[in-house]
Amino acid sequence: MSVIAYGAARASLKASGALLNRNWVAMRRAWILIISGAVESLLFLFAFGFGVGSLVGDITLPDGTTVSYTAYVAPAILANAAMMGVLAETSINVFAKFKWMKVYDGILATPLRPWDVALGEVWWALIRGGTYIGAFVVVMGLFGLLDSWWALLAVPACVFIALAFAGIGLTLATIFRDWPDFDWMNAVVFAMFLFGGTFTPVEAYPGFAQPIVYIMPLYHGIELVRGLSLGQLGPMMLVHIAYLMALCVAGMWIAQKRLAKALYK
Amino acid sequence: MPHDEEILVRAADLRKSYGEHEAVRGVDFEIRRGEAFGFLGANGAGKSTTMRMIGCVSQPTGGELEVFGRDPHTQGAEIRARLGVVPQDNTLDGMLTVFENLVVYAGYFGIKKKAAKAKAAELLEFVQLSSRAKDQVNELSGGMQRRLAIARSLINEPELVILDEPTTGLDPQARHLVWERLFQLKHRGVSILLTTHYMDEAEQLCDRLVVMDEGRIIASGSPRELIDTHVTKEVVELRFGTAHTTELAELALTLGGIGAQIEALPDKILVYTDDADDTNAALEARDINPTSVLARRATLEDVFLRLTGRALVEDEA
Repeated sequence: MSVIAYGAARASLKASGALLNRNWVAMRRAWILIISGAVESLLFLFAFGFGVGSLVGDITLPDGTTVSYTAYVAPAILANAAMMGVLAETSINVFAKFKWMKVYDGILATPLRPWDVALGEVWWALIRGGTYIGAFVVVMGLFGLLDSWWALLAVPACVFIALAFAGIGLTLATIFRDWPDFDWMNAVVFAMFLFGGTFTPVEAYPGFAQPIVYIMPLYHGIELVRGLSLGQLGPMMLVHIAYLMALCVAGMWIAQKRLAKALYK
Repeated sequence: MPHDEEILVRAADLRKSYGEHEAVRGVDFEIRRGEAFGFLGANGAGKSTTMRMIGCVSQPTGGELEVFGRDPHTQGAEIRARLGVVPQDNTLDGMLTVFENLVVYAGYFGIKKKAAKAKAAELLEFVQLSSRAKDQVNELSGGMQRRLAIARSLINEPELVILDEPTTGLDPQARHLVWERLFQLKHRGVSILLTTHYMDEAEQLCDRLVVMDEGRIIASGSPRELIDTHVTKEVVELRFGTAHTTELAELALTLGGIGAQIEALPDKILVYTDDADDTNAALEARDINPTSVLARRATLEDVFLRLTGRALVEDEA
């Protein structure tokens, strides 16, 4: 890395760190919000994993192996938790700061640039999403749902999901005009949760529906986390990672462009 | 051309349009170090747009602009690091306390936490808000929020402080508190750039100012120079009971030859004159009997009226 590029990267890291600090100061009085998000995911795990899982028992995967349904669903719910944590942080919270509280109007009059703001928000979303993921993985382990040591890689895998949805959430926050737009987002998120491979293998869907599932970012996240926690590795994982990273970079880039357009007018 | 360190801002034929609408239509000015420079004009004259361009949060669409000898387009972040900005709507962080607003903002300038806290305490003292340090921002009155925004703008020890309408919307007492703080800054040698549509504010605070109207600069100079150049020494205000717009316009026609210039406003007639006593005598000689006569010194308000034919503050009750 050239000296100039290194200097710029360091400056950007420092600048986005200032935004991270802002979010920390603003949120430290509201820890309950973060904890309530984690509890919600755990409730899902109990309801689907143990409730439904005890009825279904074991399922046979397309490649012929058999796993308990709870062990099959848990990684998907973990992926879902990673998605929900960052999506709430980046979409709703960033929207509120951007359009409603006008927080960025003040910030962009300082040396911080839209790119620093986007980066800072992604950092923050990762930290918040990370607390959910960490809590969730601990609980999965306590209930014996981690079948191999590979499962520890589920944590970095969730980081890719968090990055992708941080990018998506930021873009949505800059595109949405008003609160009703979030209903659309929630509908899509719920559809992904139901049909993105959470409860059944994608191969179980009719042929015409499968391409739609492949587009869903959550599907790639679920496949990645599930594959790792069941110890089933494959080259497709690189595709999942590439897809999630592309969404992250594209999302951040669009978001900072739109921030600049809205606030540097 | 080497940059003159004493010139903080230089604009040449600076323009800004939003689609078809031209907000700023080619303005030229120079702001020097250590001076208090004002943009006087009615709402919509293009003052705020010009401020935003200088603050590097708005991209000019034509002409040249240099701030600290740098190009706002490519060196915006460097320029903003040396500016202090008090926007019209404060843009305080509503999720933070008064003290946190200053410390967090300092972080955006890369100021270390310990130094930031010391500076924040000092600035709260300066704007007389120390006792409110732990309060949420939205618990403050409008005047206090404006003072906090002023304190925030000083956190990076800026070379130039930009204030957009610093006392608009404040009650008279709050205005005087803000003015008093700005005088203090001026005495410390801080360069100040402000916009206002209050002529008393411009007259008291500004060493030099430009009058803006419909995106153009229509006059510039010190407040005294502007008054001397554009209006007579004195003004006689005549009111005729309940007589209004058209009646006053007709009445104004009968005053021909009195004073240097006659201006009919919706509620009164202004007679510009170099000698109010002469004017009063002339009125009596013609047997014109206003219900009230007020002679006063000419102000920047009169300059604006003479130049544009409109009053500065039209929208206020």
